[in-house]
Amino acid sequence: MLINNPFLIFCGVLMLLGVMAFFTARKKATQVRASGTAMFSQPDQYAWFAVVATAGPAILLSALGAFVMLLLGADIPTFSLLLASLVLAAIGLAVGMTLVRANFHARQAIERVIRWVLAGAATVSILTTLGILISIVGQALNFFQMHSFWEFITGTTWAPGNSFLMAAGRGEGASGGAEFGSVPLFAGTFFITAIAMAVAVPVGLLSAIYMGEYAPRRVRAVAKPMLEVLAGIPTVVYGFFAAITVAPFIVRVADSIGLDASFNNALAPGIVMGIMIIPFISSLSDDVINAVPDSMRQGSLALGMTKGETIRDVVVPAALPGIISASLLGMSRALGETMIVVMAAGMRPNLTINPLEEMTTVTVRIVAAMTGDLEFDSAETLSAFALGLVLFVVTLALNLVSVIMIRRFREKYRVNNL
Amino acid sequence: MKSMNSQAPEKVDQQTPSVGQPCTHNDSASHDLSIRVRDLNLWYGNEQALSNINIDLFQNNVTALIGPSGCGKSTFLRCLNRMNDLIPSVSITGLVEMDGRDVNAAKMDEVALRKRVGMVFQKPNPFPKSIYENVAYAPRMHDLVSRKPEEDELVEKALRDAGLWEEVKDKLQQPGTSLSGGQQQRLCIARAIAVQPDVILMDEPTSALDPISTATIEDLMDRLKSQFTIITVTHNMQQAARVSDYTAFFHLGEIIEYNDTKSIFSNPATQKAEDYITGRYG
Amino acid sequence: MSDSFEKISQQLERRHRKSARLKYMSMGALALAASFLLIFFADMLNKGLPAFQQAMVNIEVNYSEEASRSGRAAIDRDLSDIVSRSVVRVIPLDMRNDPSLLGTTEQRWVLASGEVDQYLKGNLVRLDDEDKEIIDRLVESGKVEMQFNTGFFSRGDSKMPELAGIMSAVVGTVMTMIVTLAIAFPIGVMTAVYLEEFAADNRLTQLIEININNLAAIPSILFGLLGLAIFINFFGVPRSTPLVGGMTLALMTLPVIIISTRTALRSVPDSIRHAAFGVGCSRWQVVRDHVLPLAMPGIMTGSIIGLAQAMGETAPLIIVGMVAFIPDVTASFTDAATVMPAQVFTWANEPDRAFVEKTAGGIIVLLAVLISLNASAVMLRKKFERRW
Repeated sequence: MLINNPFLIFCGVLMLLGVMAFFTARKKATQVRASGTAMFSQPDQYAWFAVVATAGPAILLSALGAFVMLLLGADIPTFSLLLASLVLAAIGLAVGMTLVRANFHARQAIERVIRWVLAGAATVSILTTLGILISIVGQALNFFQMHSFWEFITGTTWAPGNSFLMAAGRGEGASGGAEFGSVPLFAGTFFITAIAMAVAVPVGLLSAIYMGEYAPRRVRAVAKPMLEVLAGIPTVVYGFFAAITVAPFIVRVADSIGLDASFNNALAPGIVMGIMIIPFISSLSDDVINAVPDSMRQGSLALGMTKGETIRDVVVPAALPGIISASLLGMSRALGETMIVVMAAGMRPNLTINPLEEMTTVTVRIVAAMTGDLEFDSAETLSAFALGLVLFVVTLALNLVSVIMIRRFREKYRVNNL
Repeated sequence: MKSMNSQAPEKVDQQTPSVGQPCTHNDSASHDLSIRVRDLNLWYGNEQALSNINIDLFQNNVTALIGPSGCGKSTFLRCLNRMNDLIPSVSITGLVEMDGRDVNAAKMDEVALRKRVGMVFQKPNPFPKSIYENVAYAPRMHDLVSRKPEEDELVEKALRDAGLWEEVKDKLQQPGTSLSGGQQQRLCIARAIAVQPDVILMDEPTSALDPISTATIEDLMDRLKSQFTIITVTHNMQQAARVSDYTAFFHLGEIIEYNDTKSIFSNPATQKAEDYITGRYG
Repeated sequence: MSDSFEKISQQLERRHRKSARLKYMSMGALALAASFLLIFFADMLNKGLPAFQQAMVNIEVNYSEEASRSGRAAIDRDLSDIVSRSVVRVIPLDMRNDPSLLGTTEQRWVLASGEVDQYLKGNLVRLDDEDKEIIDRLVESGKVEMQFNTGFFSRGDSKMPELAGIMSAVVGTVMTMIVTLAIAFPIGVMTAVYLEEFAADNRLTQLIEININNLAAIPSILFGLLGLAIFINFFGVPRSTPLVGGMTLALMTLPVIIISTRTALRSVPDSIRHAAFGVGCSRWQVVRDHVLPLAMPGIMTGSIIGLAQAMGETAPLIIVGMVAFIPDVTASFTDAATVMPAQVFTWANEPDRAFVEKTAGGIIVLLAVLISLNASAVMLRKKFERRW
């Protein structure tokens, strides 16, 4: 609260100065105009320019100061920083007032500022990506200083359990310490993703084929929003469904045919994740199938091909880049999916290909590392960033390939709405 | 006008018993019936697009369908291999008879029909496959070939017949879309003849092509008529005069005049056809 | 002359069968997707609807001297296992606040314990037979009955299932969404306006475009790592608060808003821009007075969809600590809070079986909000849809 008070006063004063700037500048401009001098811009534009001249530099200065404080750790007293900003605001106000004269292009000046502000907003998205990269890469590097990178990508044992002892300065006792071999995590991730894709690709693609090629308009009008509902269900809800309904069901079924299944089996989250991804695949595939020119279908039908042959041999191959792109996007979704696996998959790293056994994934371990009461720079916490880095790289690659495929499709058939 | 409807002028009517038959004898052309059309009406929803079409189409001829745009010639053409089935709002009455069978009958398999009545479209539409596959695909599906050498032979023959072989024989594995527009259209013709149909429908096959490609395709039509019955829609009067043996003039969904090409162009029986042919409207 | 129709049709039989098979398979796939949805909703309703009912018991509260020290003394000993512990606990408090209660008795409806609630809903409970008998008797005499669970909507989280409600999560969600929208909407619209109306088509704008498309597909948990490392550790934004959660979700929602705003801007025909330029408007005036108002419905639709997406998101919030036990309604943007999906997650992890229905109940509330948001977006789009 101590910081908040001077900050609030700063805002208040700045706002007051801004309002002052607006009205005095407008009055002055109106007067100049009334005296018969032709001006380049409207009084309101001069007024807004004065406001920008007052508030802009002041806000910039205070933001810069705050940033320097945070980034370089320089110790600038908050009070003097804000005071300096206010002084700057006053100077800006004075400058703004003197510029209220006939031969000054206030409108152009404002629009230049607006343009810069808009461009500034556009950089936020870049900064977000950079922020993700920096935060993840930075911490991941810290992690790799503690544990070898090679061990991380080839090790088959993930046992961070001992690391907190080391962090607590008792590492000597726990000989061998923690092991961070990520292979079982990635194996689990890809295995569950594979199950999801095995559900989502056929169901999604065939649904898209039905909607695009067979469905009467009325069915389509119902089916499209229905699939959108499927896409709008929060993942935490899917996770609950997987854990509380699907997993016990699978255990019962497995039991009835004499198989032993864990309640945290990989099948349940895999299937439910597949259901979640169906709409991603079906909706993009549907768009792509609709974009395949009708002349292609007619050409095939006119040769005496059945409708099924036309779809299988002409429409689907023509739409293939788009379908692959949709599947890759769905796959990247599945790899990064967190809640379903956190709630329904296991915690124990396990290298197996039995889908009825418990398995864990990268995202589960990230969450586990982040929710414990650990120091931020303990090896286990940092390992989450190393896992996140790999996840980032893999999904980025999938997304880029997907974008390239869809672009190729778009160029081929000159469709613009994909 | 109704009484004129595509029937022969009265003075020669007695020589030609069947309704849709052209009036004058064309010695060079065959007179074996290929498709017989009687009282064909077609509606798009509530809008009548074809009314009372009566026409006999003859084997191993090129029949040109001409007329101003929107007169129903393409619609009529698509009735012959039931491509209009693809448009849900279409309803059809009347008879389209081929090989003694009603094409529109419920029992008629439209796939079997289209195997015998092939089609070439206005814009070339090769499949997104290799040149070879474009041609080989349909015969393979129709079980016309059983072994690879047979297939190669068929592809080569179809491409030769379409006059494309020399140009593509070294790049059969390249995508069909890599060819030029005229080549693509000939590829589509090769694709159609590889199925060995009886009839080939051509819906303004040269309208999207340059003059040189157009001339090549016209030559091709002339050569192909010894093997196939060709029915072509065209906007281009000269083309109809050049390539066809018979010409039917469509206007507002009706056949105004149907005759052998020489007669219809030199001595049209109706004022409308004359106006159209001499370029007074169209 | 090629083969006759009969012969061809004969050969075709097998191919027609194959073709029909594809049709039925694709129809089946869609039906499968639909049945997933149906099973899912039926399951959630089946599990969650009981949460909106709560067993209440009508007891006599005896505000005796002893009761001011231990609430248990105020009620019939037989009923002590049947009444919720929360009721017992507040009796001494009530008496301290209102001394005139001392010596009076009162007949009133109070919360039954979670076990009783579960027993009446037909679930397995740990109650002994004696208690069950008492309950059965009370039910017969109308002293125990199921009532609409208003507390579920008016209370915060609790470790006692009969007391747990979704209110604090709802408030937390609203506050988080305010932060999210306040950041993502202006920045998103400004970015889209810049890219669509101002920026030249150069390398930089292409880079921004690719970057935005990529951001839309980055796993949400990575945004959580960003929030943790940058917002919490670097900028010192307090953990677990609507502020940091909202900021994190804002970055996630940004691409959705940008992409839909760009689509909306692009659907405004150039003729409008040319007309405005023709009467001497500057570029900014064209955008402000002509393009943006026409694109507004599309922008709103996209923003609502983005908001609904952010509202259902959990993973990044776990990382920034927003999955917390919050019994009281959060009052400030810088206090610890929870959101609806996080509340669902917390309840799902409770070992007590009574929380299963709470979880499903919370899910029903969450889904109802999300579906009505999306439906309003669809309606908005329908209403203002305009073909140029």
